[in-house]
Amino acid sequence: MAANKDKQFDPVETLHAIEEKFEMFQILNEEGEIVNKDADPQLSDDELVELMTRMVYTRILDQRSISLNRQGRLGFYAPTAGQEASQLASQFALEKEDFILPGYRDVPQMLFHGLPLSAAFLWSRGHFQGGAIPEGVNVFPPQIIIGAQYIQAAGIALGFQKRGTKAVAMTYTGDGGTSQGDFYEGINFAGAYRSPAIFIIQNNQYAISTPREAQTAAKTLAQKGIAAGIPSILVDGMDPLAVYAVTRDARERAVNGDGPTLIEALCYRYGPHTMAGDDPTRYRTSETDSEWEKRDPLIRFRTYLEAKGIWNEEKENEVIERAKEEIKEAIKVADAAPKQKVSDFINIMYKGELPYNLQEQLDIYTEKESK
Amino acid sequence: MAQMTMIQAITDALRTELKNDENVLVFGEDVGNNGGVFRATEGLQKEFGEERVFDTPLAESGIGGLAIGLSFTGFRPVMEIQFFGFLYEVIDSVSGQLARMSFRSAGRFNAPVTIRSPFGGGVATPEMHADSLEGLVASQPGLKVVIPSTPYDAKGLLISSIRDENPVIFLEHMKLYRSFRQEVPEEEYTIPLGKADVKREGKDLSIVTYGAMVHESLKAAEELEKEGFSVEVIDLRTIQPIDIETIIASVEKTNRAMVVQEAQKQAGIAANIVAEITERAILSLEAPVLRVAAPDTVYPFAQGENAWLPNAKDIIEAAKKVLTF
Repeated sequence: MAANKDKQFDPVETLHAIEEKFEMFQILNEEGEIVNKDADPQLSDDELVELMTRMVYTRILDQRSISLNRQGRLGFYAPTAGQEASQLASQFALEKEDFILPGYRDVPQMLFHGLPLSAAFLWSRGHFQGGAIPEGVNVFPPQIIIGAQYIQAAGIALGFQKRGTKAVAMTYTGDGGTSQGDFYEGINFAGAYRSPAIFIIQNNQYAISTPREAQTAAKTLAQKGIAAGIPSILVDGMDPLAVYAVTRDARERAVNGDGPTLIEALCYRYGPHTMAGDDPTRYRTSETDSEWEKRDPLIRFRTYLEAKGIWNEEKENEVIERAKEEIKEAIKVADAAPKQKVSDFINIMYKGELPYNLQEQLDIYTEKESK
Repeated sequence: MAQMTMIQAITDALRTELKNDENVLVFGEDVGNNGGVFRATEGLQKEFGEERVFDTPLAESGIGGLAIGLSFTGFRPVMEIQFFGFLYEVIDSVSGQLARMSFRSAGRFNAPVTIRSPFGGGVATPEMHADSLEGLVASQPGLKVVIPSTPYDAKGLLISSIRDENPVIFLEHMKLYRSFRQEVPEEEYTIPLGKADVKREGKDLSIVTYGAMVHESLKAAEELEKEGFSVEVIDLRTIQPIDIETIIASVEKTNRAMVVQEAQKQAGIAANIVAEITERAILSLEAPVLRVAAPDTVYPFAQGENAWLPNAKDIIEAAKKVLTF
């Protein structure tokens, strides 16, 4: 056997060369300082304030949602704290005509893309009207089957491309989602057709309890895009400016006909996987929690905006008060939703005429419900 | 009128709808330049261009996702699963996603997707090509499932499937693709989904069947006729929803019924039809409702399939039991 050094090929070196390319891209560091001036997306003061407003709003919504869940007033809820930058700064880079295919933790992006908060609450509670996305709001109901949104995003992107619509389909999954077959099929299809899609991995380090390292031998998740032949980038998912910049860049490429992009956003979920009994202390240490909390997107963005003189405590309190007020109002709207009836379910099964079995069942339930 | 095989009638239906509606897209593995592994899409890419008739990467789940996404941008996707045994690779898109789209969105989104797929035994395919998996999709609320048995029906039913606003699974029995020709009008026509066809009228026994078993049942009926039994053969054509009125009217007339399917006894839809008949017409029955189906094993390898598939002889045997009960 020849020694390794005599080989004319070295697949290990090829792997390392690719992995080394994936350094975390950052613009705003943990201290709220711009460390990459050339890449600064140059958002206007109004835009910066709006983005901060959305992040604060969402943090409050998360706290209130957890509390409503504990009171038995919300239902299914997947906490979002720690992921505000990866969620909201990516959505901030979109236009209204762009389509979002969310996972179940991605409700905040849907809200800022036009979904009424009351609909989000109804979805959480398990009311069928929670999926009734208003006309003109380009979002899907949140996907439960992890990965399915990736292949559907490839489809919407191909549809935009065929229609000549200057818009993108953007979808989200987590670190665990990148192990799914549909993840690969989605990025591969969009790559093969050069469709305008943006695939975001919010790598929040744990798929329920399974750590990122256990998912794959790949050093980064972003590098998985290389195999599909699509541009891919690893970004600080707690840096709103970096997330915005790479998403905007991906959108530019997509609408200019240059195909999809895969973005891995490094972040952390402070809370449990969902409010249905997950206990993160079983799989994470408080040391790890505090390490990540130091990188918090709101803290660094607040510092940055305050230094610019465009944000202060008073402004933040206004947002907090407004959020609380709107949440209260939205809960009232959700409370007023009609009691669900089996006849409602039957009527939304098919468009057009019902099959005979459902028609018979509709008659039976309508009769029962009229009593 | 032209004489067409079922595969030609299917191509003709696809061409008709590609012409009629610019939102119709036809895609799948090898459906473009190659015209499909059975030539169902022969010439369509040339005629309608690569934008509308196109190949996909080799990934059934991805094809399902593509169809769902395309339907949301206003297209009317006609996707092909190259062989229905590959359904398992795309079952989430079919049963987990497409079937639930209208329900999940409270009726806001509907997915007018047609899934075409060859299936069925008797043509010596490798494993996972011939299985009758229609029961898996027929039992999923939110889908419609169509199985034609003749070239004429194939064209009219496929056009209706493509025009339907809901997801439709359109299953094409491989043995019927080129087994016979039939007069098929060149102009467009539709056959409503959910309507059975009484292929042969009779007074003594109703055979409810679909797909290739329609022809085995007709053969059996002819033989039985020679022995003095008058057998009615109902071709369901759509197995979800079934045409309950036609079935029950027939059973009430003949007072005896059988269900014949190529799928295993524990699979398919035969059990559901028997249940419907007993719920609705038990007082009309003079004999138990028997099922003729394949045995409850895994679909056999090619050389063994003819020993396993139900045939006219099996049908005659069962029919005599019912007729002489």
